Order: sequence, then C-alpha cells, then structure tokens
Amino acid sequence: MKFSEQWLREWVNPRMNSTELVEAITMAGLEVDEVEPVAGDFGGVVVGEITAIEPHPEADKLSLCRVWDGQETLDVVCGAPNARSGLKAPFARPGASLPGGMAIERTQVRGQTSNGMLCAESELQLSDASEGLMVLAPDAEPGADLRQWLQLDDQSLDVDLTPNRSDCLSIRGVARDLGALTEEPFEDLEPEPVPAAHSEIPAIRVDAAAGCPRYVGRIIRNVNVAAEAPVWMKERLRRSGIRSIDPVVDVTNYVMLELGQPMHAFDRAQVQGGIVVRMASEGEKLTLLDGQELTLGTDNLVIADHGRPLALAGIMGGEGSGVSGHTRDIVLESAFFDPIALAGKAREHGLHTDSSHRFERGVDWRLQRAATERATALLLAIVGGEPGEVIEVVNEQHLPKQTTVHLREERVSTVLGLVIDRTTIEEILARLGLRVVHLYRDGWKVEVPSFRFDIALEVDLIEEIGRIYGYNRMPVTEPEGRLRLRAEPESHRPLDRVRDHLVALGYQEAITYSFVAPERQNQITPEAESIELANPISADMAVMRTSLWPGLLETLAHNQKRQQNRVRLFETGLRFERNGQSIEQESMLSGLLSGPVASENWVNGNREVDFYDAKGDLESLGAMLGQDLRLAAERHPALHPGQSARVYVGEQPVGWIGALHPKIQKSLDLNGNVCLYELSLDTVLNGHVPHFKAFSKFPEVRRDLAMLVAEETEWAAVENVAREAAGELLTGLRVFDVYQGEHVKEGCRSLALSLFWQHSERTLGDAEVQRLLDGVTDALSTRLGAQLRS
Amino acid sequence: MENLEALLEQGLNAVEASADLKQLEQVRVDYLGKKGHLTALLKTLGQLSAEERPAAGQRINQAKEQVQNAIAEKKERLEAEAMEARLASESIDVTLPGRGRDAGGLHPVTRTLRRIESIFGGAGYEVAEGPEIEDDHHNFEALNIPPHHPARAMHDTFYFNPGTVLRTHTSPVQIRTMENGEPPFRMICPGRVYRCDSDLTHTPMFHQVEGLLVDRYASFADLKSTIEAFLRAFFEKDLAVRFRPSYFPFTEPSAEVDIEWGRDGDGNTQWLEVMGCGVVHPHVFDNCGVDPEQWSGFAFGLGVERLAMLRYGVTDLRQFFENDLRFLRQFR
Repeated sequence: MKFSEQWLREWVNPRMNSTELVEAITMAGLEVDEVEPVAGDFGGVVVGEITAIEPHPEADKLSLCRVWDGQETLDVVCGAPNARSGLKAPFARPGASLPGGMAIERTQVRGQTSNGMLCAESELQLSDASEGLMVLAPDAEPGADLRQWLQLDDQSLDVDLTPNRSDCLSIRGVARDLGALTEEPFEDLEPEPVPAAHSEIPAIRVDAAAGCPRYVGRIIRNVNVAAEAPVWMKERLRRSGIRSIDPVVDVTNYVMLELGQPMHAFDRAQVQGGIVVRMASEGEKLTLLDGQELTLGTDNLVIADHGRPLALAGIMGGEGSGVSGHTRDIVLESAFFDPIALAGKAREHGLHTDSSHRFERGVDWRLQRAATERATALLLAIVGGEPGEVIEVVNEQHLPKQTTVHLREERVSTVLGLVIDRTTIEEILARLGLRVVHLYRDGWKVEVPSFRFDIALEVDLIEEIGRIYGYNRMPVTEPEGRLRLRAEPESHRPLDRVRDHLVALGYQEAITYSFVAPERQNQITPEAESIELANPISADMAVMRTSLWPGLLETLAHNQKRQQNRVRLFETGLRFERNGQSIEQESMLSGLLSGPVASENWVNGNREVDFYDAKGDLESLGAMLGQDLRLAAERHPALHPGQSARVYVGEQPVGWIGALHPKIQKSLDLNGNVCLYELSLDTVLNGHVPHFKAFSKFPEVRRDLAMLVAEETEWAAVENVAREAAGELLTGLRVFDVYQGEHVKEGCRSLALSLFWQHSERTLGDAEVQRLLDGVTDALSTRLGAQLRS
Repeated sequence: MENLEALLEQGLNAVEASADLKQLEQVRVDYLGKKGHLTALLKTLGQLSAEERPAAGQRINQAKEQVQNAIAEKKERLEAEAMEARLASESIDVTLPGRGRDAGGLHPVTRTLRRIESIFGGAGYEVAEGPEIEDDHHNFEALNIPPHHPARAMHDTFYFNPGTVLRTHTSPVQIRTMENGEPPFRMICPGRVYRCDSDLTHTPMFHQVEGLLVDRYASFADLKSTIEAFLRAFFEKDLAVRFRPSYFPFTEPSAEVDIEWGRDGDGNTQWLEVMGCGVVHPHVFDNCGVDPEQWSGFAFGLGVERLAMLRYGVTDLRQFFENDLRFLRQFR
C-alpha cells in the first residue's frame, strides 16, 4: 500500500514531522518499506503559459515559444511535440535548478536565444518517462511556484502490509490506525447519497451468491469520457503508484485507494441483456483488458452479461466491455466478493491486481453502497452525466456474520504480562472502531467491525490492545520455569563429537544444498529412487539428494578450480529416497579426501591420498565412537570397482567407502585421487556404555610370522583364520608388512603378522607359545594354502 | 717415599691433562688401580718401621684421596662438556614448520548454531530436530495456516505434491514435539529450511532456529526479556532491541525484532530486523492437544545465516553454500 503523506494528513494530522510519522506507522505494525519524495529536488520552476509559438528557423523539431511566467514574456526554445499556444506547463526560469543539480541559464539554441526551459514530467522526476511537456490544468496560475501549486513537498510512503491487515489497504484504514495510535481524531468520510436523475437501473442477477453476497450497481448516462481527471486526483494516484488511464478508471481507482473498495465500470452499450454474476463454465474463454486470453474453470467467479463473461470477478475486467473513447453510458460495479471464493484464483492465472489483492484479504462488506455514492459524486464532477438509482443485490445468508468477542480483563494481563487499566483498554478499543456492546463483570463484549477480517478471538483483541499501547512500553520480565532434569542415554554420541573429531583430523565442514542436478545424482546413485521437486528453482536443483556425495564432489570441483588442491571435506545432513509409498529421510555423514596427504612441506614426500587414508580416518572415527566398523569388498556405482567397500556394524550395512570411479572423476573434471565415504548416523552414533574387564598382570608375548599367500586372498580371511587358530589367549594381531615383488613368487604376496598372547594367571612358557604359533601357521597353510616364509 | 710428592703432582697433572672420559679413566687406573702408582706406594709401607708406618700411610692415602677428588671433579666437568657438545650438535631450527596436519574447521553456520544452542541450552532449552520433507499439516495447517491463507504466499513453498512440501520453517518440529509430549516445553529447533526464492539476499535453502517455551504463565513480557537477553548474549553487546508489531498466523500478539545497528547520516538509529516472535496462538495449542486456557507460551524464530553475517561481517549470503575453502577457513 503506497500513498502520499499529504493525503494521509488530510484524514488525520498528528503533530509530528515526517520522520516521526513514518516511525509511528512502522511501530504500529504497518512497516514502512520505502519513503520517496514525490518529485525531484528542483527549485525556481513556475507555472508558465505559452502565449505564442512558431517554428524554429534552423531546426525542424524545435519551436520558438513566447512564455508568460506571470511577470514577463520570454522567448524559449522548445523541442516538445505537444507545445502549443495556450498550454500551461512547468517553466524553469534562468536561475532555476533541476534535479541532478542542472542549473538553467539563458542560452543560444541553434542561433536563437532561449530564456529558460519548458519541462516534461521526467525532467522534474515526477515520472520515470514522459512524452512532451507536462500539461498543467487550465486554471493553473502563471508565475505560481510549481512545488506549491502541485503541493510537491510531499513523499510517498510504501507500507508493507501483513496479510491480516486488509483494513489498511486504504487511506481511510491507515488514518484510522494512525489516529488510534496518536490519539488524534481522524476525519471519517460519510459519502452523501447522490440523488437519481433518471429511473434506469441495471438488470443484475446473482447466480453465485456464495462468492458474491453483495453486488451494487448504478447506471450513469451521458458521461464525457474525453474529460480529464483533475491534476490533484492524478497526482494522488501517481503518488500511490497508480497510472492515470481515463477519467472513469481514475475515479474508481481513487475510491479504491481512499476507501478500500475495488470498483469496476462497464460500458453499458457492451452489456447485453444485463449483468449476471455466476461461476464460469468449464473451458469458457475470457480475454482480459490486458489482451490475455484465459480458459476458465467452474471455480472461477465471473461477471457476465447474457451472452459472455465480461470480467474475472474481483480480479480484472475483460476486453471490450470496459470504458472506451466511445462510451456514453456506464454501469458502475461495487461488489463484495468472498475472500475464500477468490483465494488463490488470481495466482492460478498468473495475475495479481490491486483488486484481487484486496478481495483476497477482505474488503469491508458494508462499504459497497457508500463507495458507489462516493464514486458517483466524483464522476459527476469530472465527466458529468446523469446518475440512476443504486441497485443492491444482497444475500444476507452469505455475507460475513456480525460477530462479537468476549474480552476478559484478566486475560489481557496474562497474555501481555502487564496490567492495563479498564479505561485505557476501552479507549483503545473505541479508537480502533471496536464497539463495546455489553459490559461483563470480567470484561467486555466487543463487536467486530465489518472492515476487520482479522478479529475473531479474544487474543485478536489483546493483540490490538498491546499494539496500540505499544510493545516497547510493555515490561520485560524473566520467565519462570521448572527445573526438570533430563535423562540422556550415555550410549548415544552427540553429532558434535563426530564433527569435532573430523575437524581435528583436518577436515573442513561444508554445507551444500539438499537438492541437486538429476543427471549428477543418476551418475552417483543410479539405483536410488530420487524425489523430484514439483517446482524446482532451477534444473540443476531439481531432485532431493540421495547421497551427500554429489554436493561434496561439486564443492571439490569448485575449489580445485580455485587452486585449492588439498581438500578434506565433510558434511552431515539428510539424504532422501523414495521407498514405495514412503519417503525416507536418513541422517548421513559424508567425507571426501583429495590431493596430497599433507600440505606441501619440507619433511615428507608429497604422496597422494588413497583408499587407506580414507579408511584410516573412518577407523579413527569408529574408534572414537566405540564402533567396530567392518569393511567388505562390494561395488558401488560411484566408486572404483577395485577400491570400493561397504561398511558394516555387525551384520548391518551402515555405509560405503572407496575411491571415486574414474569415469565420474573425468566427467567432473577433477584432478588427483578422490576418496569418499558415507555413513548412516543413526546407527553409528548409537554406541554402548563401557563395561570394565580386568586385565592380566602377567607379561604379554609377541611372535612374528611371515606368510606367503595367494594375492587374491584377503587380509580379512587371513586374520579370521589366524584368530581362530590362535586361541583364547590371543590379545592382539597385527599386520606390519605387506610385500609383493622381488623374492616373492608371482601371484603371491607376503604378509608379516605379529601375534600377542597373554595368560591371566601365569607367564606363558616358550614351548607353549611356540605350539600356539605353530597352530596358527598350520591353520593358515591348510585352510588358505599359505606358506611360511623362510 | 720421597717421590710421593712428585707422584702426586704428576698424577694431578695427568688428571688435568685428560681430554676425555677415556683418558681420565686411564689416569685413574694408572694411579689408583690395583697396579697404580699410588697403590704401589702403599705396598712399600711394609719396608718402613712401625713408627714411620702410620704417618706414611696417612700421607699416601691423602694423596690418593686428592687424586680421586681431582678425577671426580674432572669427570663432572668432562661430562658437562660432553653434554654441552651433544646438545649443541642436536640443535635444530625451531622456526621451521612442524610436521602436524592441517587444521580443519566447522562451517560458520554450525559455529553459529552451537552458540545459539549453548545460550538457550543454559536455560534448559532442549534441542529438537525433525524431517525436512514435511506434510502440509505440520508445516501449515497445524500452525494455523489453512489452505489459501494469504500467509502461504509469503512462504514461497517448494512442493512435491499438494500435500507434501519442503519445510519452510522449523516450526513443524515444535508441533511434533507438542503432539507427542506434555507441557511444559522449552525447546529450540535448529535446521535447514527451504523457500523457492533465489537472488542476492535469498538462497533457496537456509537455516533457522525456532524456539518455544510453554508453561503456566508465559507472557509477552517474558518473551521480550528472553529475546533481549539472547541478542545481547549473542552479539556480546548491550544492544538496543525493539519489538515491532507484525503478523504470523501461529502467534498472537506477534512481533518482528529489530536491533540497533549503527546510525544513519542524520544520526538516527538504524534498525535491523533480526527475528520474529510472538505469543503462541490458541489455535496452535488446540491443534496439538494443549489446553490454551491452562497453558501459555511464546515462540520465536531467527535466520542463522543472517545472524552469522552480522556477527562475522559476511556480506554475501550465497557464500555460505559455495563452500569455497578460502571462505570456510576463516571461521576456525
């Protein structure tokens, strides 16, 4: 809602300057978004009158004007096509200054002296663009200062209204609120009925009473559409951000701004038979006045005649039925359309108009006749004509009900946290037009006025009292609560520990979008069923991620392009997957490693990261969480088939780890090794409570063993066999060397193991240990064909 | 015996002349060992008369002791020198960089969330989380936003189908908590939220923290103190805070919260909107099975990136999700 400060002050004029006024309105909950001067910063511009005009001898497009400025007649060169004798236009005398600091001086234009400049609207920043000179009213007084004549020392306030405050979509509504706030009386307007000059009435039939409980119409005959709306009206429209169209539309727009009632005027000659308010039939076509053709459905309310729809009710008029240059008689429409009937309808057709905006939020349902009278009076003054009777078709049953609300004094203090005395409460209610119709012992019965669509409950009134009383005048008290202890399962590890651990391992946390490009997703998790957004913001953010890897990989690509080569990233968040009818939202942790093991330094060689670096970090994480993470060689479409493993806790799969598949790496144009892992957090964060086990005080013995095994034999198999054979006294088993190459048979590799034994009650003897070791060697050779390396 | 003096002097000189521990040991063997010069002298005592013997023995023993002491002293000196030399040889350039790993860091949003959680956690607010793909009921209906409510237009919602959306705020988590629990409640709900809007000042995903307190008497005045205390704790500054009437379907009264953020050219306070808040709307309580006549509560919501931007001086919202390492590393 944009309007002129001057206009508002005609309704209510508190003793405060503009800044204070803006502040007051904002603090009442009508947030002023923008304050804009209504004209550029200029001075010395007066009303000028062209008394004579002749062509410039040297230039086709210029003319020489004689301009009367109230004191003298001056020669002025002018290039405007609409310059004509008798025209009154803004005149910048020598010495005047125009917006942007341009100083006007006497100059020569193509050999002719020009004593000043006749101005267009845009030159005074009265509009963005304009053609020709600004045309001032015929009664404008030559020599009068333009700023004063047009009252340009004014500003437009643009108020960003919350959707509940439809009552403030008019000057009247804003003024009422400002009056309540500043305790300043506001001058309400009660339009006088305009008596009928003839007995013709429009035929109106309302078939859709639920959507249109009240329809008011009136015929005005013999209007002069060639007339122009007065400058003051056009200026007010302009300052409210509305363009002047023609005098009839200007008046209906003016009444909408002033009182909040959107109106429409039909050319009576175009209405065949009579007006019918009905629902559209399926597939019915309507061309709007902006030329757009709509295909309507049965939930669209239309204003039609006996042949065709004329307008999309409460949203926009149709082409051909509105006022045109040929219009002689008009039918004025002032209706109340039900907010629910119109809700979302404009948007469905890609429309949003001043009218739909108001009807969707709620227009005063008692305003229609008064608005008609107001518009009639204004029209008669501008376009003349003869008004007929006002016809009102009402369906009381579908009009909003007159409601009352019970307000309890005690609830006011409970909700707000302060005691406001009864008189203050009653005064606030009265100033807002909320009438107390009955006094109860504990409070009031308050009647909700027809312009307030946001008041139905007691709290709605309490909010109003708080708002007008002033939120910032209210006390500040600390809440009181119960000190309840809360039980936290010790086995559950907070996610923050995981984050901190990875940060300590050198990872940087990333947060990437939860929606990704479908192509990338398909490449990485082709088997997962993605969930598509119905209205994505762009094609590359169209599906919900089924893995956190796409985001991390894109992040890696972004950073590699910016010379960041050593990258360690992790992210936590949900992955989304469709599973039959249900949607799974699983909390995940993903990590990515790329580039050298360490930053370039003087000590170490700069080896590239590989699978085992990633696995090392994963194991470190598992150790921190108290989880035994087991890996099994399984293939994942995003991972190198020979360097890919599924992660298990016990028998439960909890994630994946591996080196990025070279073809994906290529398509992302990534350099160097890239390793990835992903874990389902719900399982891995659920650890256990430690249970102490006594340890032996006798020494532990170590024996080393080097075995030759076939290269396809996995370490895990060797470990399992060795552990089994080593018996219950085994306390540790490690692999400390893996070798393949010279001195090792082709197709084999050498594994060096160390085994640790310990007895809880005695020191183990050499012979005993040797037997254990031999047992391991035998088991490995018989079960895995391993050979003891000499 | 007459050469005792000479022998002593010779011995002491030999001690002094020893260049290292090895030579010194040789001196000890030469003079004090079983076959050492001074030991040998002791053996000659038998040739003396009984009267002379004790005095001579004492003199020899004194000489031995002198040499012994000199050796001990010299040994200590040599050891100290050896240590010196070793330490000198082991000196390194301590200004060369260490072998440590690179430090990682948390994302500034996580960092900010932790601060917020810690501030409210101190007053007993629990952290609650919930799904990001939400049903219409929890994201809108239960929060007093029926279909076609104009407030829905303010939300720029991402849809999957008419009944399923990406949550536009974390308030649905409060609904879920209230549906499943018994008041009183004190909680904050941090998390990702989504709005179908993308430009200089909007990203289609961002983070919110929504807070809720429900107790027997929780008023607007209580809300004010909570918000003021939070903002002052967060910014570590005695900020001016103002409450501006506004509208949210799920609270009433509702307010936007502005903080003082510098002055304009004319010296007027510049206010910056940072949060929204209000007293819980009775419909919301009804929808969650909480009796609004028995319980009252307040709720608030804030944008995490916005607070992080103000706190850390970030000017471009979009940087939070570009994950440029040169950006992320600044928030360690």
